Amino acid sequence: MSVITKDKTATEFSSTLVQFIEEWKDKPGSLIMILHRLQQEFGFLPRPAIIQLSQMLQLPLAKIYGVVTFYHYFKLTKPGRNNIQVCMGTACYLKGGEDIIHELENLLGIHLNQVSDDGEFSFESVRCVGCCGLAPVAVCGTEVFGKLVPDKLPEVLAKLKSN
Amino acid sequence: MALNNFCLVCGGTGCESSKADDIFKNLRTAVEAHGLTGQVQVVKTGCFGFCEKGPIVKILPDESFYVEVKPEDAEKIVAEHLVKGRPVKELLYKTADQVTAKTEEDIQFYQKQIRIVLRNCGIINPEDVQEYIARDGYLGLEKVLFEMTPQQVIDEVKKSGLRGRGGAGYPTWLKWTNTSKTPADQRYVICNADEGDPGAYMDRSTLEGDPHSVLEAMTIAGYAQGATKGFIYIRAEYPLAIHRLEVAMKQSREMGLMGKNILGSGFDFDIEIRLGAGAFVCGEETALIQSIEGKRGMPVPKPPFPSVSGLWGKPTSINNVETYANIPVIITKGGDWFASIGTATSKGTKVFALTGAINNSGLVEVPMGTTLREIVYDIGGGIKGGKAFKAVQSGGPSGGVLPAASLDTPIDYESLTKIGSMMGSGGLIVLCESDCIVDVVKFYLDFSVEESCGKCAPCRIGGRKLLNILDKITKGKGTLEDLATMEQIGFAMQRASLCMLGGTTPNPILSTIKFFREEYLEHIEQKKCRAGKCKDLVTYTVIADKCIGCTVCARKCPVNCISGERKAPHVIDQSKCIKCGACFDACKFGAILVS
Ligand SMILES: Cc1cc2nc3c(=O)[nH]c(=O)nc-3n(C[C@H](O)[C@H](O)[C@H](O)COP(=O)(O)O)c2cc1C
Ligand code: SF4
Ligand code: SF4
Ligand code: SF4
Ligand code: FES
Repeated sequence: MSVITKDKTATEFSSTLVQFIEEWKDKPGSLIMILHRLQQEFGFLPRPAIIQLSQMLQLPLAKIYGVVTFYHYFKLTKPGRNNIQVCMGTACYLKGGEDIIHELENLLGIHLNQVSDDGEFSFESVRCVGCCGLAPVAVCGTEVFGKLVPDKLPEVLAKLKSN
Repeated sequence: MALNNFCLVCGGTGCESSKADDIFKNLRTAVEAHGLTGQVQVVKTGCFGFCEKGPIVKILPDESFYVEVKPEDAEKIVAEHLVKGRPVKELLYKTADQVTAKTEEDIQFYQKQIRIVLRNCGIINPEDVQEYIARDGYLGLEKVLFEMTPQQVIDEVKKSGLRGRGGAGYPTWLKWTNTSKTPADQRYVICNADEGDPGAYMDRSTLEGDPHSVLEAMTIAGYAQGATKGFIYIRAEYPLAIHRLEVAMKQSREMGLMGKNILGSGFDFDIEIRLGAGAFVCGEETALIQSIEGKRGMPVPKPPFPSVSGLWGKPTSINNVETYANIPVIITKGGDWFASIGTATSKGTKVFALTGAINNSGLVEVPMGTTLREIVYDIGGGIKGGKAFKAVQSGGPSGGVLPAASLDTPIDYESLTKIGSMMGSGGLIVLCESDCIVDVVKFYLDFSVEESCGKCAPCRIGGRKLLNILDKITKGKGTLEDLATMEQIGFAMQRASLCMLGGTTPNPILSTIKFFREEYLEHIEQKKCRAGKCKDLVTYTVIADKCIGCTVCARKCPVNCISGERKAPHVIDQSKCIKCGACFDACKFGAILVS
C-alpha cells in the first residue's frame, strides 16, 4: 500500500479513487480504509484532499484530522520522490540501525522526516519490517536493502536516484 | 511427460528482499532453456524460516537444500542438478564443522523443531488453494460443517488445551464459549494480525506462507461461535501478506469455501480485511475494535469484554494469527493429539522470531517446554562471533530479559511470567557481551512512550518519567535513588494503567534491575558502559605513540573532527566527536583508544 501510484501535486481525485470512496463510504468504520486509499493516490494526505473528503463523507474535518493524526502511517507532508524507511526495530537497532540514520543525515544533509532540497529524498524510521534476518534493513518503495553498512549507502542512494 | 522435480524458492519478505524474485525468474528461464518444461515445476513458497541463510531453494523429491542462492546460480542448479543429477555442492549448507548438509534433516537448525503452525510454509505455493487442499487443507472445515455441532468444535479446542498466542495466553475455548453464550443477532470473529512487537515477524510469515490456514480457522471459529462475519486487522506495513490474503480470499470464495452457503452446508461466513495504520496500541483488543470502527485506536476499560460487547457493540472474539493457524490441525488430528505436545499447562508449539547476536537468525517453531539453551545453542547455533551470551529478551517492549541462569528453564507461559518476562507474541532477541542492558531497555521504553495513546495518566506520565531517568543514567548522571524511583513508578504503572500497554511498559526495567543490577550500578557509580554503547560515557582518543598518520580515520570520520598531517599523529576534536566509532573500526594500527 506504500506504493505511490502517481506523483500529483494537484489534488484532483481520479475516477478510480472516487469509485473506491463511493463503494466504501456507507460501510461502517470505513474512514481508515478510505484514508489509506487517499494516501496511496497522493503519497501523503494533502489538506485540500482531506477537505474534499470531508465533504464527500459528510464528516467534520476535525473528526478526520483526529484520526489522521493518531496513526503514524498517515503523512500530512509530502515525502521525497524516494522515501527511505530505515528500520529501527529491535534487531535492526542492535545491529546498527542508528548508524545508518546518521550516515543518511550526513549524505543527504537532512534530518529524519525532512525532504532534501531537490525533492529527491526523504527518510524516516520505521518499526520492524519483518526481515530481521537481514538486519539492519532499509526499505524504499518495494525495494528492500538488507545487511546494510554505512559504506554501502552512497551506492544505494545512487541507485535510487537513477530509478 | 510427468513432473520429475520441483524447485521451491522462498518467497517470504526476507528472501524476496534478497532477490528471490530474480532467482525464481532465472530458474524458470533455465528450465525452459534446458527443455525441462513439463518435467520441472518452479514454485514460489512462503518462508523456510532459515532467514539467516536466505534466499533458499529446495529441490524435490531429493530435498536438496540450497542456501544463500544468487540469481546467477539458477543456471547452475538447473544444468547440474536437474539435468545431470549432480547437486551443486558449493550451494549446499555447511554445518559448523564444515560438513556439507544435503537436506534439511542434516541441518541442526531444523532438528529440534516441530512444525504445526508453519506446516505449509516453504512447502506450498501460498497463492494456489489446490496446494493447500492437497495437504489436508479445508478438511477440518468440512468435518466441522458436516460432522460436528458448534459445541463439539469448542469441546475439541478445549481438549487441545490451546491458549492464545497473541501474548496473554487466554484459553481459546473459553473465549469462544463466552462469545457464543452472549445472546445476540450478530457476532463477529476477528483475526489480530497487527503484530506490533518491533522485532517479531511470525504472523507475517504465516500469512505470507499459508494464508488459507487462517481463513479456514476463522471460518471454523465463526461456525463454533455463531458468527457470520470476520475481520482480519492487519498492518498496512505488510503489503505482501495483504496481497496473499486477498488472493486466497478470492480463491476460496470461488470454490464455495467462503461466502454464502459454504460447501452447501447452509452456513454463511465472509471475511473482510481492515488495515492498521502504524499504531502499536491497536494490537490491544479494545483499541483494535475502535480502529476497525474507523476511530482513533484508544483502549476502553474492560469489562465489558469484547466477548460481551465488542465490535459495534456485538459479541466479538479476537484471536491471534498463530492461534488460528493451529485450529485446522486440531480439528483434523484431534485435540488429544495436540495436547500430547508441550507442558502441563501450555500445549502445542510456539513460533519464535530468533534474532540479535545469534548465528542462525530466523523463524523457529518448537514444542512448548523446549529450553532456551536448546533454542539459542542447538537451533540458533550459538552466539555470533564467539562472543559471550548475556541474555535473551522475550516479549518485546512488554517483556523482560532471561539471564544465563534461566537457559535451562523449559519455556511455557507460566515459567516466563515467573521470571518476570512473558511469552509475548514470540520475539526472542539474543543479547551478547557487546550489548548494553541499559541501552536496550531504553530502546524499549522509547518505543512504549512513543506508542502510548495518552489516555490514562499512569502510562502517559509514568512512562515519560521512566524514560527520562534512563536517559539520565545512560548519560552518566544517574543516582542510586533513581533505581528505587523507577521501581516505584513501575509498580504503580503495572497496577493503575488502563490497558496492558501501560501495564507492561515497566517490565523491561523491572526485570533488568533484578538480573543486571550491576550494569546499572556501573553506569551510575563508575560512569562506565562496559559495552561502549552509551555514547556519553565513552571517549575516543588517538594514542599518539601508535598512530602512524595514515589519515584513514580522518577520511572516515563523518563529522570531520580528526585532524593531523600525513605521517604525524592525529588528534580528535572532542567537542565535535559524535562517538560513532568509525575511526576505531577504520584504524588498522590499534591507535584509537575507547575509554
Ligand atoms: C499494547 C498491546 C499490543 C498487542 N499487540 C498484539 C498483536 O500485535 N497481535 C496479537 O495477536 N495480540 C496483541 N495483543 C494482545 C491482544 O490484545 C489480544 O490479547 C490477542 O489478540 C488475543 O488473541 P489470542 O487469545 O489468540 O492470543 C496486544 C496487547 C496489548 C496490550
Ligand atoms: S495504558 Fe497507555 S496505551 Fe493504554 S490506555 Fe493508558 S495511556 Fe493508552
Ligand atoms: S568516533 Fe566518529 S565522530 Fe568521533 S572521531 Fe571517531 S569517527 Fe569521528
Ligand atoms: S587510522 Fe589510526 S594510524 Fe591512521 S591516522 Fe588514524 S589513528 Fe592514526
Ligand atoms: S527489526 Fe528491522 S526488520 Fe525486524
